[in-house]
Amino acid sequence: MLETSLSMSRARAEINTEPGAVGPSAVPLTLRINGTVRTVAVAPHTTLAEVLRGPLDLTGTKIGCDRGACSACTVWLDGLPVASCMTLAIDVGDRSLTTIEGLSDGDRLHPVQAAFIEHDAVQCGFCTSGMVMSCAALLARNPHPTLDDVKAATGGHLCRCGTYPHVFAATLAAAKTGRG
Amino acid sequence: MSPRKPMRQEKFPFGIAGVSVGEIERQVPAGEAPPLPTNDRLAVIGKSVPRINGRAKVTGAARFTVDIKLPGMLHARLLRSPHAHAHIVSIDTQAAERNPDVRAVHVITDVVGRAIERDAGTDHGAGVHLPPALYVGAPIAAVAAITEEAVDAALGLIKVDYEVLPFVVDMEDARKPDAPAVFASPVIGTGFEGRAPGSGEIAQHGNIRGPVKAGARGDIDAGFAEAEVVVEEDYRTQVQTHCCMETHSVVADWRPDGLTIYLSTQFTAGVRNELAEAFKLPRNRVRVVVDAMGGGFGSKSSAGNYARAAVALSRAAAAPVRLALDRREEQLDSGNRPGTFQRLKIGARKDGRLSAISLYTYGTAGTATGAGVGNVAQAMYECPNFASEQYDVFINAGPGCAMRGPGNTPGAFALEQAIDELAEKLTIDPLLLRDRIDASPVRHEERRRGAERIGWSGRHAPGADKGPIKRGIGVAQSLWGANVQTNASCEVRLLRDGSVEILSSVQDIGTGIGTVLAQVVAEELGLRPQDITVRIGDTEFPAGPPSYGSRTTASITPPARNAAYRIKQMLFEIVAPHLNVAAEDLLMRGGRIVARSDATRSMSLREAAATLRTDQIGVLASRSDDYGGFRRMMTDAALAQNDLGGVQFAAVAIDTETGIVRVERFVAVQDCGRPMNPRQIESQVQGGVLQGISYALFEDRIFDRHTGSMLNADLEHYKIVGSRETPDIDVILLENYQGESATDAYGIAEPANIATAPAIANAVYNAIGVRLRQLPMTPAAVLSALGRIPRGS
Repeated sequence: MLETSLSMSRARAEINTEPGAVGPSAVPLTLRINGTVRTVAVAPHTTLAEVLRGPLDLTGTKIGCDRGACSACTVWLDGLPVASCMTLAIDVGDRSLTTIEGLSDGDRLHPVQAAFIEHDAVQCGFCTSGMVMSCAALLARNPHPTLDDVKAATGGHLCRCGTYPHVFAATLAAAKTGRG
Repeated sequence: MSPRKPMRQEKFPFGIAGVSVGEIERQVPAGEAPPLPTNDRLAVIGKSVPRINGRAKVTGAARFTVDIKLPGMLHARLLRSPHAHAHIVSIDTQAAERNPDVRAVHVITDVVGRAIERDAGTDHGAGVHLPPALYVGAPIAAVAAITEEAVDAALGLIKVDYEVLPFVVDMEDARKPDAPAVFASPVIGTGFEGRAPGSGEIAQHGNIRGPVKAGARGDIDAGFAEAEVVVEEDYRTQVQTHCCMETHSVVADWRPDGLTIYLSTQFTAGVRNELAEAFKLPRNRVRVVVDAMGGGFGSKSSAGNYARAAVALSRAAAAPVRLALDRREEQLDSGNRPGTFQRLKIGARKDGRLSAISLYTYGTAGTATGAGVGNVAQAMYECPNFASEQYDVFINAGPGCAMRGPGNTPGAFALEQAIDELAEKLTIDPLLLRDRIDASPVRHEERRRGAERIGWSGRHAPGADKGPIKRGIGVAQSLWGANVQTNASCEVRLLRDGSVEILSSVQDIGTGIGTVLAQVVAEELGLRPQDITVRIGDTEFPAGPPSYGSRTTASITPPARNAAYRIKQMLFEIVAPHLNVAAEDLLMRGGRIVARSDATRSMSLREAAATLRTDQIGVLASRSDDYGGFRRMMTDAALAQNDLGGVQFAAVAIDTETGIVRVERFVAVQDCGRPMNPRQIESQVQGGVLQGISYALFEDRIFDRHTGSMLNADLEHYKIVGSRETPDIDVILLENYQGESATDAYGIAEPANIATAPAIANAVYNAIGVRLRQLPMTPAAVLSALGRIPRGS
């Protein structure tokens, strides 16, 4: 049972007396997020997705499967897309973190965001944050992607509404508008 | 019944744009807006207006149910059965209740969503009836505590004494006379809407319930006697799960003055009524709210056990309670599309005319009824003689529920392959055969346009390609009723500063109805869509329709337009004296009120609104009947005269060495009456096609028959279509004017899903010359069909 394994791992943590060990109680973390510095105190087993959505109240990042299968939780660490549900918050360190809330330049949308609206690459919107983050990261590393490049960049993302065709069109169109 | 309203005669555009659009005269009730011209003559309706909540969704600002946080909010989870079948002898919650972080524990005594025994069974223990756990993941109890960790710990402290019973999770095993009985006595059906077999006293022997004999006509034996060619084959479809990206989630906030529920739902008004009844509250003390909603596909139509548990916990704890299923729970216990077996027999004359269709089918919705295969075999083609027998088979699995095109989606997989098999026996082109036996002028035009786009004339004989990669083209058709919720209302308000809002409890589940409502009101008032504030997804507003059955647009856009029209008439009466003209002389365009006779007599909407006596005027409007009448009326809903069609074409490539089927190109030709927002409709159609591709090739719920557990209760082993499997999808939309309502718009979501799997199956046959009559068409299934690996591998 899940509950049992959780309490067992907690029991093991309680007796951990190795030097330098942290937990199970909350440890302070300083995170560089979207151009600001935020400090939180969370238990060491807390995932980045949980910290973002919980104490940091950045709920634009979504949890779809909580085990790295759907990519709804994609954020950037130093510009690279990662699954925040598979990243422990304490492992972020001093890497710069960008979430969907930090992608636009104030009121000016990132070209990928604008193109997603223009091409209706959004239906229910639950996978959209992660999808946008991966497509924007693609344009940052490859300003002139092919359709296959976009398919590869979104290959780990699941969208049950089936927005993929419009996601492809939007991302290719955003590439044409210049800034990536 | 309301008193008969005076009627007036009006002429409406009628016909398919690009074929011929004429006029039809209709009797129209007083108070209805005048006929809308065709889309090419409109400013906003029929245009691809960007989604009004697009910005919120691409910036992460959209608020989903899982994002809601209330002060003092507790966390909750359900305790679920680890056994596939067990009596619950007793539950001891004392240790959990003693945990200082726990605020409430709730034991579920009334389960909903699954079939219930007619004989309610015996009490176990102190007069409390504990329903048996009928599947792994069945909800048993729930805990609310101040942290998620405390919830998990407390769930482990609940002691359940199970009396483990024999179970069965395989549909064929469950049909055997000596199979373990899923239910201790015959059940009362709680089958989901409109699907046979439904509710009522239906014979049940062991795990088999039925038959339901729907739609019989003519003389089936005589029909087969006169047949010159007969096709009889067996088809099988698997169980599909909904896989909403936002799991079923709720925040329940019970307060002394009433209950507020934030729920990821497809039907706020329905859930309001359901919970009011369940908790014995008047409806005006229950409020259901949903803003952004992360996918439902049929599975979020009612409150379910989880939301009821959250309400009970909130009441007990006197605090808001959040409960969100995790992915495993979502796979086990949030609904599924039933798996089916279908034996379909079709008799025809040599010229293709059908003489008889008989359908024998059984399917499993787990512990629910409703595994029927819809009405495609009964109603798609002209055939004088039809008979069917449909059975439900119970297994120890989570209850099925409606899923995008319920019934007709598995039904079309059988019918549309059988029609192709018949065409081959008759040596008639499959499209030509359909031209002969399908009376629908809409699908006739859809076949013509789709065939041209896919390149049907270049289609080769089955299995004609040399080499290991074989390509093929296939076609299939869909049939879906044009549903209308007659119990559907909205209000349009004009405020004294000239701003306009529309209010309804109708919810936007990702289909974009909010945007369409802004378009409708803007068109009528001569404004831009961005001038209209759309306030929906909240039962504080007039009760709107559900977002299921492809009925939202058909149900709520006509009253939206009529309400806007009546507001406009009220305003004209008010400002006519100011402009010294007759009210009938006024019109609205470009944000101004203008006299037709003298364009210099005009004022801005803002100036006009400033003359109101009150801060606002409002008009509440409800869905009136279709002008040509409905085919059938039910409580709160009706079926329009014309069905929704749809013809789809697939082009596939099959690697006969690996067995991998790739859909390379897809053409979907669909109709939904008047298209309101073509790009949003294109999104819907692409989504329907992609879910159909996923159903055809990838998805399969797999049970371990020794433990009764679902082995792939996740998203990495339960495969759904991803970007790499997404083909080029060409969407062709018909404009089909029928003059039936103030907007003449109907639905699209489900019709777009129904024909996909059979179109692919027919393309697979065209590619390799071997038929796959079972879903999903996995590489193993293809290799097995080709005889490259043993059958059943």
